[in-house]
Amino acid sequence: MPSVASKQYPDDVSLLVLLLDTNPFFWSTTSITFSQFLSHVLAFLNAVLGLNQLNQVVVIATGYSSCEYIYDSSLTSNHGSFERDRTGMPPLFASLLNKLEDFVTKDEELSREEGNEDRTPSCLLSGSLSMALCYIQRVFRSGHLHPQPRILCLQGSPDGPEQYVAVMNSIFSAQRLMVPIDSCYIGVQNSAFLQQASYITGGVHHTPKQLDGLFQYLTTIFATDLHSRGFVQLPKPIGVDFRASCFCHKKTIDMGYICSVCLSIFCEHHKKCSTCGSVFGQSKLDESSSVSDKKKKASQT
Amino acid sequence: MSNQRKRLSGEREDEDDEDAEGIGEWERAYVDDRSWEELQEDESGLLRPIDNSAIYHAQYRRRLRMLSAAAAGTRIQKGLIRYLYIVIDFSRAAAETDFRPSRIAVMAKHVEAFIREFFDQNPLSQVGLVSIKNGVAHTLTDLGGSPETHIKELMGKLEALGDSSLQNALELVNEHLSQVPSYGHREVLILYSALCTCDPGDIMDTIQKCKKSKLRCSVIGLSAEMFICKHLCQETGGLYSVAVDEVHLKDLLLEHAPPPPAIAEFAISNLIKMGFPQRAAEGSMAICSCHKEVKIGAGYMCPRCKARVCDLPTECTICGLTLVSSPHLARSYHHLFPIAPFDEVPALSSLNDSRKDLGKSCFGCQQSLNGAGNKPGPCVTCRKCKHYFCLDCDIYIHESLHNCPGCESIHRPKSVSLMEE
Ligand SMILES: [Zn+2]
Ligand SMILES: [Zn+2]
Ligand SMILES: [Zn+2]
Ligand SMILES: [Zn+2]
Ligand SMILES: [Zn+2]
Ligand SMILES: [Zn+2]
Repeated sequence: MPSVASKQYPDDVSLLVLLLDTNPFFWSTTSITFSQFLSHVLAFLNAVLGLNQLNQVVVIATGYSSCEYIYDSSLTSNHGSFERDRTGMPPLFASLLNKLEDFVTKDEELSREEGNEDRTPSCLLSGSLSMALCYIQRVFRSGHLHPQPRILCLQGSPDGPEQYVAVMNSIFSAQRLMVPIDSCYIGVQNSAFLQQASYITGGVHHTPKQLDGLFQYLTTIFATDLHSRGFVQLPKPIGVDFRASCFCHKKTIDMGYICSVCLSIFCEHHKKCSTCGSVFGQSKLDESSSVSDKKKKASQT
Repeated sequence: MSNQRKRLSGEREDEDDEDAEGIGEWERAYVDDRSWEELQEDESGLLRPIDNSAIYHAQYRRRLRMLSAAAAGTRIQKGLIRYLYIVIDFSRAAAETDFRPSRIAVMAKHVEAFIREFFDQNPLSQVGLVSIKNGVAHTLTDLGGSPETHIKELMGKLEALGDSSLQNALELVNEHLSQVPSYGHREVLILYSALCTCDPGDIMDTIQKCKKSKLRCSVIGLSAEMFICKHLCQETGGLYSVAVDEVHLKDLLLEHAPPPPAIAEFAISNLIKMGFPQRAAEGSMAICSCHKEVKIGAGYMCPRCKARVCDLPTECTICGLTLVSSPHLARSYHHLFPIAPFDEVPALSSLNDSRKDLGKSCFGCQQSLNGAGNKPGPCVTCRKCKHYFCLDCDIYIHESLHNCPGCESIHRPKSVSLMEE
């Protein structure tokens, strides 16, 4: 799989697309509050914009029942001005916070509309990842001179196994576009989606141990532009979780049955494939093992 | 090369009345490309590339409609688990130099590219290599899932000698493929240089044998059409083609990379038990079960017995579980759950009002959907989520991303099955 270091970057101007987890079901369970978390993130975004005048930041909120663009630094013309409004906030982030507040209220309303039963407290990573890639694709279309894009997922919610196919599709598209997906996971379980995303696209995956030092983790690891990554020792992955989701119950599994026609994954033996309609014969475990025996015999002779 | 160049420059002499020998290599690049034809002047007199995005998009829509119409009729059934032998004719004829630098070098180069592409498009499939030399077929590599071993073995054996024998090759492949599991598709792809075959027996019997064992035989010729090759392909349901030049050869080869439509009687569908091992941490130390060596660095752990293996896909040497990398499988899933084509939104003023409600920018990339003069430009909409997208995103979403950003931004309860998407 291609690594970041193997590519040639002409400059160190970055476009950072930040996918911000705003899932209310996650933020009601954490040790730090959402506003504490936001203050770390805003300081980090400021740092990224300060590193290079041409750097660009786009923030997409990843909610529980919707996703939305909430900030694009290329649209705010008063990039350098330090005028503060009544709240004492730089105008740059005032618009971000306003939009974010609107989004979170709307998202909460939407999630209340849905039934309460059988709720996985996951956020819509597949949606925000798809939007980020569309945005980056537009930047690539704009001509030869564009910042080097990368995606950073800042997430704490657990994976939503029902998003498996969509998330994997996004990861492969990012890989083809050579856009690395960095991920910073602040939740309790580990995230197989984010680990695979970073591993496949050559991004960095990290799980900070102490959330009150989040700003430091963000600046030391995720502020590094792609050009500089060749010279910096970034954290190496502590293994990659390659578990998949079954198509029948949307469960995360590490062992399962694969349809030989369409490669759908199932957690238990079925008589018929629900995806392609093939009817399966008897379990041919004996046959496949006898084949491997034959192979072994052949290789010995 | 020099021959070809003479011919080219000969044509040019009557065209632009210029001494052909005087054209430099750099000039030729412009003459051949006619790159100025792709430029036009804009209002301020600056040169701009011709804006043919509308034409391009129309072509794309036609292609997409055709594809979705074809897919709607049939359930997606493709033979994704293929057991393919590539037979390369390394007889005397392969040394000929009508392909530059020689047939043998060109074949090797494109077979290498083909093998890589093949494993990308056919996860879980296996390839083996057979060569024909001195009238005898040799096994270069056994069936396996690692492109590197095949390529290494192939590159080490590049010499052309003696006669060619189609029958010997078919017999050898048939014998090898008789051992593969019944759910696999048996295929052989023959790159044939020679214009004759030197066989020990009746090749017609062998062809019938192949037909009986459901071996799909395809041949790509490098010289001229041969009756026996055509007959073989017709009998066994394969493809026969003859390459006219190197580019054609490459295209013909790559045609065999996507999985062929499964023919129900050719393979028995089955459920195969598989494990998705975790990748171990970089720099960790363990004894692998495949080489029985201490290895530092990443390896994979069998989820059933926790044994360490070096590479995927493989079969656990301890418990016999088939181990695959799950992203490898997931690469083909967009075939299973294709997204429906978006509907074109006519740029009529009557639609203005409804579009104003939904905002004037593309849901995917935030680009304004207004064209020149702040009038609504062309755009498309998703039938399910009703979001609007620009034409560029339309193409990107259907050709590369395979997700609708709008549909993905709606929470779906766990019980909704992926099939309904
Ligand atoms: Zn299941
Ligand atoms: Zn199936
Ligand atoms: Zn080993
Ligand atoms: Zn095992
Ligand atoms: Zn767009
Ligand atoms: Zn949609």
